[in-house]
Amino acid sequence: MTATSAPEAQARPKRRPGDIVFGGLSTASAFSILLILAGVAIFLISEAVPVFGADPAEITGGEGFLSYVWPLVFGTLVASLVAMAVATPVAVGIALFVSHYAPTRVGTAVGFVIDLLAAVPSVVFGMWGFQVFAPKLVPLFIWLQEHLGFLPFFESASRTGRTLFTASLVLAVMILPIITAVSREVFLQTPTLHEEAALALGATKWEMIRTAVLPFGKPGVIGGTMLGLGRALGETMAVAIILSPGVFTWNLIDSGNTTVPAEIALNFPEAAGLRLSELIAAGLVLFGITLAVNLGARAIVNRRAEFSGAN
Amino acid sequence: MSKRIDVKNLDIFYGAFHAVKSVSMTIEPRSVTAFIGPSGCGKSTVLRTLNRMHEVIPGAYVTGEVLMDEKNLYAKDTDPVDVRRQVGMVFQRPNPFPTMSIRENVLAGVRLNSSKLSKSASDELVEQSLQGANLWSEVKDRLDRPGSGLSGGQQQRLCIARAIAVQPEVILMDEPCSALDPISTLAIEDLINELKSEYTVVIVTHNMQQAARVSDRTGFFNLEATGMPGELVEMDETAKIFSNPSKPATEDYISGRFG
Amino acid sequence: MSVDTAPKPRQRKLADIEGVEIDKVRASSNRQAYVVLAAAAAVAALLWLIGLNPALALVLGYAGYLVAVYTVYRAVAGKRVAADQVARGLVLGAFVVAVVPLLSLLYTVVVRGGATALDPAFLNQTMNGITGLQDQATQRDGAPLIGGAYHAIIGTLIITGIAAAISVPIGVFTAIFLVEYQPKGRVSQMIRFLVDVMTGIPSIVAGLFAFALWAVLFGIGTKNGFAGAVALSVLMISTVVRNSEEMLRIVPNELREAALALGVPKWRTIAKVVLPTAASGLASGVTLAIARVIGETAPLLVAVGYARGLNVDPSQGPMNTLAVYAYYMFTKPLSPGFREPSLDRAWAAALLLVLIVVVLNLTARLIAKAFAPKTGR
Repeated sequence: MTATSAPEAQARPKRRPGDIVFGGLSTASAFSILLILAGVAIFLISEAVPVFGADPAEITGGEGFLSYVWPLVFGTLVASLVAMAVATPVAVGIALFVSHYAPTRVGTAVGFVIDLLAAVPSVVFGMWGFQVFAPKLVPLFIWLQEHLGFLPFFESASRTGRTLFTASLVLAVMILPIITAVSREVFLQTPTLHEEAALALGATKWEMIRTAVLPFGKPGVIGGTMLGLGRALGETMAVAIILSPGVFTWNLIDSGNTTVPAEIALNFPEAAGLRLSELIAAGLVLFGITLAVNLGARAIVNRRAEFSGAN
Repeated sequence: MSKRIDVKNLDIFYGAFHAVKSVSMTIEPRSVTAFIGPSGCGKSTVLRTLNRMHEVIPGAYVTGEVLMDEKNLYAKDTDPVDVRRQVGMVFQRPNPFPTMSIRENVLAGVRLNSSKLSKSASDELVEQSLQGANLWSEVKDRLDRPGSGLSGGQQQRLCIARAIAVQPEVILMDEPCSALDPISTLAIEDLINELKSEYTVVIVTHNMQQAARVSDRTGFFNLEATGMPGELVEMDETAKIFSNPSKPATEDYISGRFG
Repeated sequence: MSVDTAPKPRQRKLADIEGVEIDKVRASSNRQAYVVLAAAAAVAALLWLIGLNPALALVLGYAGYLVAVYTVYRAVAGKRVAADQVARGLVLGAFVVAVVPLLSLLYTVVVRGGATALDPAFLNQTMNGITGLQDQATQRDGAPLIGGAYHAIIGTLIITGIAAAISVPIGVFTAIFLVEYQPKGRVSQMIRFLVDVMTGIPSIVAGLFAFALWAVLFGIGTKNGFAGAVALSVLMISTVVRNSEEMLRIVPNELREAALALGVPKWRTIAKVVLPTAASGLASGVTLAIARVIGETAPLLVAVGYARGLNVDPSQGPMNTLAVYAYYMFTKPLSPGFREPSLDRAWAAALLLVLIVVVLNLTARLIAKAFAPKTGR
């Protein structure tokens, strides 16, 4: 942390009522964060508990909570990882475009547009994915089935385009701004000294980027990617609208599979009793996964400071 | 491995701003040429036009010619990338690549410029470049450690090793000692003295004693007022510039009356 | 420091060292790339005209461009410049790939929702009493669309407003705590860590939390506007804290010291000096935080439910919000046989949401720009 601290060394003024109130409010607010998080964990657990005591036969699927939840988790992970794999190279490309290729003004404008992309509500992405994007993918799916149908992922093709793969691609568009923003930030921070060092050795622009910019920005890009992954894991509405859900299958280009958040959103309004607990328990599992991913991401992003060669 | 540079009527612009006015000079091969002058007079700018590094700033351009052994660096059929391979540069602050080891730092330029590099060749290059930069004995046991772990002076010599590894014709140094302590400065100055046996060296310095110590010829740059373009006032044998300059402005600057 | 003094072996020339081959770069300009680009565009257009899928034609054209530009520059200027040009093509391609979906999305939203969103009936009516029969009449007989999103607009404002009223004080005071009271130390580290954790809470989990909390407090299945506001607050607080912390940090220390040196109590220094200096930044950060949650669907679906009519009492029963409204209209049309009117309503609601979000983002930017403190940087 930078040293912009309030000057502690100043002679402490007398404890006036104003100071007590103001200080108290600040401290209380800070600790309320702790309370809220504890509340999230406690209340979710308390509402999920009936699931773990229940007779496995009463759980959806009839074989207990674990066998109910793992296909959901699997679907979530596949959709998010595909989204991450698609989004990351594109995001790095855009970030480089903004930071090193486009003129400053164009770069700023593009940055703003990308930020807007981040602000579009997910339900709108879902509607767009369902109505515009999914039908456009059908020919691709048919082609994949015809030519790569021997792979389990492409066994049969959906005619509506409402598949896990479509959902993944829309997720990719949605997490693009996050990865782009973090990458752009670190790329812009590359010390001019190192860029000039590379150029002065006779590097082309791309060689300069490979020598100076990418190694410097790598931890940031990884961190941004994981933040994007965290967002994709928790993303609900786009998947809920686009995907035509079903039981677990390896096939990615037909209906089937679902994700934890979509399962909750689709079933919660009509759920009651044990089913409610089941969905909340699934939410708890999701929380655990995103928590792990986000903490990993933070750790990597924060470590960037030590990596940097800015002397 | 050293060439003569002729600068003819060089004008340097940043967009609409006329940074340096009509510079003409000759830089002799196998010698050290120093540029001195007050801040903002354009000496670093002129230096950076000698390897087309000023083009990195958007909107920068030049008119006039820079000839290296009669070949214009600004000719249409010359690529800045190729110019920079032939004209190496050392910067104000040591800038080894932080993610690379000492060895990889030395080889960075060679790796960029060559499609093939065998293990034995790279070993030889690392050793001879570090020898050439007077750094070999200090780092030969830790070639795989990060370059950023060295002291400032060692880092700067590592940067010189990196520059000479590609065997340029000319080495430009932009105030190479301004971030270093006196002992490291001395080491770099000794090194500059040795480098001139093989290279054409051009050095920008704020420090007049340094110019007097290391250079054979000195160019004095000045500007009439802020906002006006900088210009080359005079250029001559270093001894003459410091003892008997022909322009009063040079004498004022040398004797510490301004700057 | 020891400096080599021993006489050095003379350097061998690069050309004499075996195993090194220098690739010379020959001069080139971007002109050939533009020519190739034009040619690739022409080929793509041609493929499209002879009946190829336009997307496929574009992909083929782009791939063709990359191959051609590599070949051309390899011949003209060498391998390294060719790689440089391909990298440039890829970077520009990435940019286009990102812009295409955004444009398509904006286009769809505007075209599909534009007419309905401007319809006064849509803005002034609720869905009370509207059934599939009316939609049937609209789509089949051309009757005017009735039934709108008035209740959802009001609901969005109420719920987001309450969420902001909860999150902004907590968020800003937490930031004050982190910057002014405990700039270092374990407690702050822990709070920052928790804020990080909070940032990562999936929105649906926030909804589940509000639902579960309300179930414990008011009985299972209690859904109302306050629950939704709590869910949104969980998502919003972390954003407010992070943005505010950044803004307070920018306030130069000299200002604080000057005030404290005059004997101004700390809380008055914060209230009269620090906060006003950071005000525009704080406002901009809060606006962005609101923009982030105003389009949330999942948590409200879970915690607030769905109301067909106007409900302005956040403590009593389900309400509607634009995002949830769009979701329901889109996925559960009133009349499955005559979907168009419902879809029109959904797209209109989507357009309103996008407009709100864009306006909020622009506002945040303008505030930040117009009132930015002249110090700093």
